[in-house]
Amino acid sequence: MVYGIVRLINFAHGDVFMVGAFLAFYSIEKLHLPLPAVFALAAGGSAFLAVVIERVAYRPLRNAPKIAALITAIGVSLFLEYFTALHQVFGPNYYAFPRPFQVVSREIGGITVTNIQWIILLATLASLGALQYVVYRTKVGRGMRAVSHDHVTAGLMGVNVDAVIAFTFGLGAALAGVGGVLYGIAYPQINTFMGVMPGLKAFTAAVLGGIGSIPGAVLGALIMGLTETMTTAYLSSIYRDGIAFVLLIAVLLWKPTGILGKTRTEKV
Amino acid sequence: MDGVDFLLRQGELTGIIGPNGSGKTTLFNVITGIYRPDRGAVSLDGKEITGLPPEKIARRGIARTFQNIRLFRDLTVVDNVRIARHPHVRYGPVAALLRTDGFYREERRTREQVEEFLSIFSLQDRRKDLAKNLSYGEQRKLEIARALASRPKILLLDEPAAGMNPSEVVTLMEFILRIRERFSLTVLLIEHQMRLVMGICERLIVMDFGHVIARGLPAEIRRDSKVIEAYLGKRNYIDGKFN
Amino acid sequence: MTLLKNIAKAVLPFAVLSGLVQFLSVRDILNPYWVHIFQLACVVAISALGLNLIYGFTGLFSLGHAAFYGVGAYTAALLTKQYVGVYGDEAFFATGAVFLGSLLAGGVAAALLACLVGLPTLRLTSDYLGIATLGFGVIMKVVFDNADSLIPQLGGARGMTGIPRLTGVPWAVAALVAAILVIRNLVHSSYGRALIAIREDEIASAAIGIDTFRYKLIGFTAGCAFAGVAGGLYAHLYAFLHPSTFDFLKSFDVLMIVVLGGLGNLTGTLVASFAWVFLLEGMRVALPPEYIEFRWVLIPLLLIVTMLVRPRGLFGFREFPLLRSKVYR
Repeated sequence: MVYGIVRLINFAHGDVFMVGAFLAFYSIEKLHLPLPAVFALAAGGSAFLAVVIERVAYRPLRNAPKIAALITAIGVSLFLEYFTALHQVFGPNYYAFPRPFQVVSREIGGITVTNIQWIILLATLASLGALQYVVYRTKVGRGMRAVSHDHVTAGLMGVNVDAVIAFTFGLGAALAGVGGVLYGIAYPQINTFMGVMPGLKAFTAAVLGGIGSIPGAVLGALIMGLTETMTTAYLSSIYRDGIAFVLLIAVLLWKPTGILGKTRTEKV
Repeated sequence: MDGVDFLLRQGELTGIIGPNGSGKTTLFNVITGIYRPDRGAVSLDGKEITGLPPEKIARRGIARTFQNIRLFRDLTVVDNVRIARHPHVRYGPVAALLRTDGFYREERRTREQVEEFLSIFSLQDRRKDLAKNLSYGEQRKLEIARALASRPKILLLDEPAAGMNPSEVVTLMEFILRIRERFSLTVLLIEHQMRLVMGICERLIVMDFGHVIARGLPAEIRRDSKVIEAYLGKRNYIDGKFN
Repeated sequence: MTLLKNIAKAVLPFAVLSGLVQFLSVRDILNPYWVHIFQLACVVAISALGLNLIYGFTGLFSLGHAAFYGVGAYTAALLTKQYVGVYGDEAFFATGAVFLGSLLAGGVAAALLACLVGLPTLRLTSDYLGIATLGFGVIMKVVFDNADSLIPQLGGARGMTGIPRLTGVPWAVAALVAAILVIRNLVHSSYGRALIAIREDEIASAAIGIDTFRYKLIGFTAGCAFAGVAGGLYAHLYAFLHPSTFDFLKSFDVLMIVVLGGLGNLTGTLVASFAWVFLLEGMRVALPPEYIEFRWVLIPLLLIVTMLVRPRGLFGFREFPLLRSKVYR
């Protein structure tokens, strides 16, 4: 979504995910907040962080060559990872994430499913629905779509481009934050570098499914996840990280803009 | 496009006109290999060129300018023209790496050729300026200069007079005639400015909605009812007078 | 005659620089640690020049550069492990020849792999090419991790040891000077201009007769070959290879160097490479032990600030006199 609107690969996305997980950790462990508040804090904190990053690091470079913003994104990502890894902050160690509820598994028709997996699935569908609604049925969403086509003209037509972009970053980060919490509950070990691979895979899944398409992102993630798990089960876990990218390259060669991607033809 | 066919004879100056969206630039793109037609063929000097990649077609002698001016904006005027000489460069990469005498000689020769071109186009004083800093008219001239630097047989001009005022158009008209003469070109141009079209084109092809709706001499075309209808619509014209 | 003159002109900077560093090192003016770091900087500069050719000059957004660096490293190391010492430890010229051969082999291996990767992916547009090459980098890391199941000497995730420490100041400097000359002469020629044209506007380049795909492939392959040779030098500098040195984060490092210096700017790449290496190492020495990890907090901050202040890189379009075009501008 962010890429679709500002054409920036936000390398810091995975680190915002990490911050969400850590915020949740502190709100459960130290503040003993109830679960809804945990999610709210994680989402809100991540969103706030992303809006600040956008304002300080990305907005000044909006009219600069794209690569400058990209390098800045890498810088922000590294800074977040290493700053939080300092002993004075979170430290480089792994923390055990406190599960706010018991993880139970149930058998349905020969398949074992845990309650956290149900929650993740529901959360994904809910997010998909909510995002689609925001992008296609609200005023802000219309602004987002306008900015994604041409931010200069959108501004001339009265769209508050700065606000729309900030909102987009915030929304995307809120989702990342929620993702971080869910990840922490599902795989209860967190550390400040936990966002690197998920961030990379998140973007890869978005590209796989088609940049600019929100259902595409979900589709891409689903395909990637299934491929990884099946490869681990039927082949070997050593191929796990690599297979997702083999798949990506294969898909890009067949459909250069991803499975559900919209081809933007250039007028010659 | 549908059912577009015509023959271009050597040395002719032909114009393609028609309302916006009638397929004129698409026609150029098909000829130069950017689009591949589903049906039909394009031939040059009897040899078929349909489906060849644009660079091969360019090297066979068809050069073009673009409707939206595609100059190398961050490069100098000299470099823009110099790059067009690349397919004809007479040294290999090894000579460039080793900086042989042949390399320096050829670079000097290229420079002389480029200087000559720039003076034909009166751009020599702007030689070190970046293309993006040129005025609109100068940019159009530079694009034509770059196209000509590849020594084509056929020159395709896509709306060369766009954005020009009447006196600039007159200068352009003389200019096109001169370069056609000097470089023995066959010229095919798309244009909306009727003064230029009627002034220098020897033959016209009129397109609308992807079809050719008329072809012939300019004098005939300006009276052709189908053409007028395409531009102005049916009901506004009766007996040579507007309603 | 021109050829001999050119060779002399190439040997001179090599002799001067190499001689200077050797002299200072022998006289103990320069700490051997810093001489080692100097060689690392040369290696990084060679790799960065390669990426500048690929991205700065040809405009191909490649995020997998470290993978080619790794391929060159492992290839060269494998060859020297096999063949060095075969002629005896005193056989100076034989060892040198084997080393040279294995460095070139590393470059060739990287180039071949680049061809393989480039053929399908170079048709993709910029950001997609970036993600595809990034993905390729991840795939190669997995390959490096598991390479020992095919060839045990490669060490896999345990790392490859026992590589002869053959890189010395003369080798590092000679390779760097050669790399600079190659890229400078290529870029300031019609071929270089063709690459730049492709970077600026592919469609216009094709319209004037440049075979864009072929040139993109050549630019990409050549740049990756630089990385391969640099990797070979690296392997024989540290005598130990581990797959984590070649993961995608390392590709980001070299990308940052190239962008910081200025895309398409040779001077910038050289300065940024040396600055990067010396700054990182300098901080390791200068910072008190509890604050060592502040390096990786300060460097990104510095990066962000530099990008905000000079988005076109430190040098933008200006070059050192030696690196500017001697050909008519």
